[in-house]
Amino acid sequence: MSTTLKNLTLKIWRQDGPNGAGRFDTHVIDEITDEASFLEMLDILNEQLIENGDEAVVFDHDCREGICGTCSLMINGQAHGPERATATCQLHMRKFSSGDTIVIEPWRASAFPIVKDLMVDRSAFDRIIESGGFITAATGGAPDANLIPVPKPVADAAMDAAQCIGCGACVAACPNGAANLFTSAKISHLNLLPQGQAERYQRVENMVETMDEYFGSCTNHGECEAACPKEISIDMIALMNSDYRKAKVKNRKALSRT
Amino acid sequence: MSMTIASPVLDSKTPDGPVADKWDNFKANEKLVNPANKRKFKIIVVGTGLAGASAAATLAELGYQVDAFTFHDSPRRAHSIAAQGGINAAKNYRGDGDSVNRLFYDTIKGGDFRSRESNVHRLAQVSVNIIDQMVAQGVPFAREYGGMLDNRSFGGAQVSRTFYARGQTGQQLLLGAYQQLARQIGLGNVRLFNRTELVDVVTVDGRCAGIVTRDLMNGEVTSHAAHAVVLATGGYGNAFFLSTNAMACNVTAAWRAHRRGAFFANPCYTQIHPTCIPQSDDFQSKLTLMSESLRNDGRVWVPKMAGDTRAPADIPEDERDYYLERLYPSFGNLAPRDISSRAAKRAVDNGQGVGPKQNGVYLDFADAIGRLGADVVRERYGNLFDMYERITGENPYEVPMRIYPASHYTMGGLWVDYELMTTIPGLYAAGEANFSDHGANRLGASALMQGLSDGYFVLPYTISNYLAQWLNKSIPDTSHPEFAKVEAEARDRYHRLASSDGTRGPDWFHRELGKIIWDYCGMERTEAGLDKALSEIPALYEEFRRDLKVTGGEFGLNQTLEKAARTEDFFELGMTMCRDALERRESCGGHFRAEYQTEEGEALRDDENFAHVSAWEYTGDATQPTLHIEPLVYEEVSFQTRSYK
Ligand SMILES: Cc1cc2nc3c(=O)[nH]c(=O)nc-3n(C[C@H](O)[C@H](O)[C@H](O)COP(=O)(O)OP(=O)(O)OC[C@H]3O[C@@H](n4cnc5c(N)ncnc54)[C@H](O)[C@@H]3O)c2cc1C
Ligand code: SF4
Ligand code: FES
Repeated sequence: MSTTLKNLTLKIWRQDGPNGAGRFDTHVIDEITDEASFLEMLDILNEQLIENGDEAVVFDHDCREGICGTCSLMINGQAHGPERATATCQLHMRKFSSGDTIVIEPWRASAFPIVKDLMVDRSAFDRIIESGGFITAATGGAPDANLIPVPKPVADAAMDAAQCIGCGACVAACPNGAANLFTSAKISHLNLLPQGQAERYQRVENMVETMDEYFGSCTNHGECEAACPKEISIDMIALMNSDYRKAKVKNRKALSRT
Repeated sequence: MSMTIASPVLDSKTPDGPVADKWDNFKANEKLVNPANKRKFKIIVVGTGLAGASAAATLAELGYQVDAFTFHDSPRRAHSIAAQGGINAAKNYRGDGDSVNRLFYDTIKGGDFRSRESNVHRLAQVSVNIIDQMVAQGVPFAREYGGMLDNRSFGGAQVSRTFYARGQTGQQLLLGAYQQLARQIGLGNVRLFNRTELVDVVTVDGRCAGIVTRDLMNGEVTSHAAHAVVLATGGYGNAFFLSTNAMACNVTAAWRAHRRGAFFANPCYTQIHPTCIPQSDDFQSKLTLMSESLRNDGRVWVPKMAGDTRAPADIPEDERDYYLERLYPSFGNLAPRDISSRAAKRAVDNGQGVGPKQNGVYLDFADAIGRLGADVVRERYGNLFDMYERITGENPYEVPMRIYPASHYTMGGLWVDYELMTTIPGLYAAGEANFSDHGANRLGASALMQGLSDGYFVLPYTISNYLAQWLNKSIPDTSHPEFAKVEAEARDRYHRLASSDGTRGPDWFHRELGKIIWDYCGMERTEAGLDKALSEIPALYEEFRRDLKVTGGEFGLNQTLEKAARTEDFFELGMTMCRDALERRESCGGHFRAEYQTEEGEALRDDENFAHVSAWEYTGDATQPTLHIEPLVYEEVSFQTRSYK
């Protein structure tokens, strides 16, 4: 049964634009039921702000089902807040207690400039995908789907990697602002599958090098895995690194023989 | 009012020949644009969900210049990402009797005989190519141990034809299409305008000349000219405010096109999904879908006695009503969506609802856990059970889930002909944004199929049939005065909204509007209720114009202003929805008029007077649009009463 939380203090990061100076605004939520989601609490706050003539807090969100990867809040210093394997939009107030102070900030990473308040620009992720995160198969010429058998363990492993929602929590949690978990998830998804073999080494080279243009470098802290709402395993990074090393020596003319 | 005359304006352009040959006949006779000439044509694709991303990528691969627009930060975020269950295709990999013909027939029947035969047949035909294409692109569909693709079954079908990727089929398909689009962006063949919203459509000399957009980052309004424009902007389920759709889904693109002359077809055909988590409080912003697949093992019941507040475990077996099993013995808990939803509503209206607000019914896994063991149930539905527990704080392994119907999908949309062109030449609509294939009710796992069919395999063929006539002819560019005029109107509109200084924000109005539409144009509709809605919505709209408050200014990122404009379009859509529901004096699929039901309370169709598409023309007053009719002529199938008993 639901209970009511009382007297929550929110300290929310406000920043007018990418170059504006930021500040924390403090708001007190007198009461809210623990059935509310975290973002519903912000919705209610925003309705009040608007009615009082103030600007609503800008934050990114869309599906509210933990799948689109749009929501992106640092809550008390944790990417997506305190609940394991849970995106911000799936976090509910029952994880908090009356009297709590909650600090809400945007992702902080140099590759993700702040757009406004709690919203950041994650288009560097798109640049990584554009550089190689695909299998070239123009519409029209595909053979029958069952012509390429994919062993179940391979399909399952590819799916584990493909679950990444592109939220960027891994980058936000990383002390170096590295995007290795995100990039390796896509590389592993495609490089594990038989369909992905033709472009395997080209892909890893292009994607890793694009990643390095925008993001910091990985020093194996492992914070990314802990923050990831989809529990993407840090093993993906090892897979990426090993393919990258091979790409640097591989004679691609002999690819079909491996 | 007698309204069964076909409108001369609505030519479906259905090709000649038997239904099974029409698509081949079309392809044999259409006009083509040769490869070297394709780059002379500019195509705008608005929306980068399944339909838009697949269309933009394919058109660019063919050599056209493509500009793609989305209000999201990345194409990967479109609402398509949230689809859970799967995608249908007539592959017959199970050898269980599936075929193009059977998928065609199931879809027509599922749509309660209110869809266009030729379109549905084409959809069933190309469904098989979709799976091939997506596998080639690396979509990790579920596999069997031998490495072949796995299938599951879904409501409304007696074969196993649904392909899936865990509970995240939409995500995997969208990422596949997004990656293909990303490749074209990387190659410079597609220019992507992200966080950019279409705010109007421009027509010159009766043809679509381009669009006007607003950059959400800075409020700048800009014109874009093209040879053809595709709207793949999704459905309008958020008209109800509470729905399973993503928060940003809205009707603006389709509605703005409608105001410029595109007819809107069957707006009252909306799908209410039976298995969603019931509303827990008044401030709730979003409802969550629990996949239909749960009904394979869960049993739906309510207490027989109204107002029974005992805990579920304390209600003995013989005091429970497993109403779906009782009413529909052959489909039982797997009865189609519209039928299951109405049955749940009847139970709750009878006072048999469960949960703290008595607004749900039970979906109980106790028997399945007893029969299969908790581990098997966990393997099948573990992630759904976890999600349920995160949201409700209740453990469905121990207490039954509570579910209730919610707005989920909209079958209505922009009217399009066989070539997916709207009534504005050069303006196309694809995916959930059009009305094309699902009639009055959509079957599960068929929206993903339709979006990808439109984007990959239909539009790329049909669009050249229109473009060919413009080869080497000049088209108006953005210096044409019509662009300036539409731009000015858009600027004025956002200026007016941004200066609103009443007392209430856009969400308050959207919520109140949603309540009216839900109460009178939701799961059950009556003449009196719809009349009431048609006076209450305009009154609330007046209040909106007077009392809306928007803070944050006209320029710069302003989510409140974005919502205000989208809410305003929902008002007009709501009026036309209710008008459509009022004028359709029959019950069919998702449209249930209480006056037209059988003795057992099932939908009663009127094929004599209503076997047609209702396409509405905007008149300036959304409560009084002009009705145009496209009769539905069935050559292949014959009308039957839909029975799932
Ligand atoms: C929870 C849920 C589960 C579902 N599960 C299934 C399932 O299992 N199987 C199935 O077949 N179907 C399912 N559906 C339905 C299916 O997901 C949708 O119908 C389908 O994905 C719609 O795709 P689309 O490409 O038409 O539109 P969308 O994916 O909604 O994309 C719309 C695009 O248009 C853009 N856009 C909209 N308006 C504008 C504008 N004015 N300016 C610029 N850009 C704009 C958006 O940014 C977005 O890119 C489900 C739906 C829901 C809600
Ligand atoms: S790897 Fe995890 S944390 Fe990083 S973007 Fe993907 S889902 Fe988000
Ligand atoms: S809003 Fe989509 S993942 Fe959170």
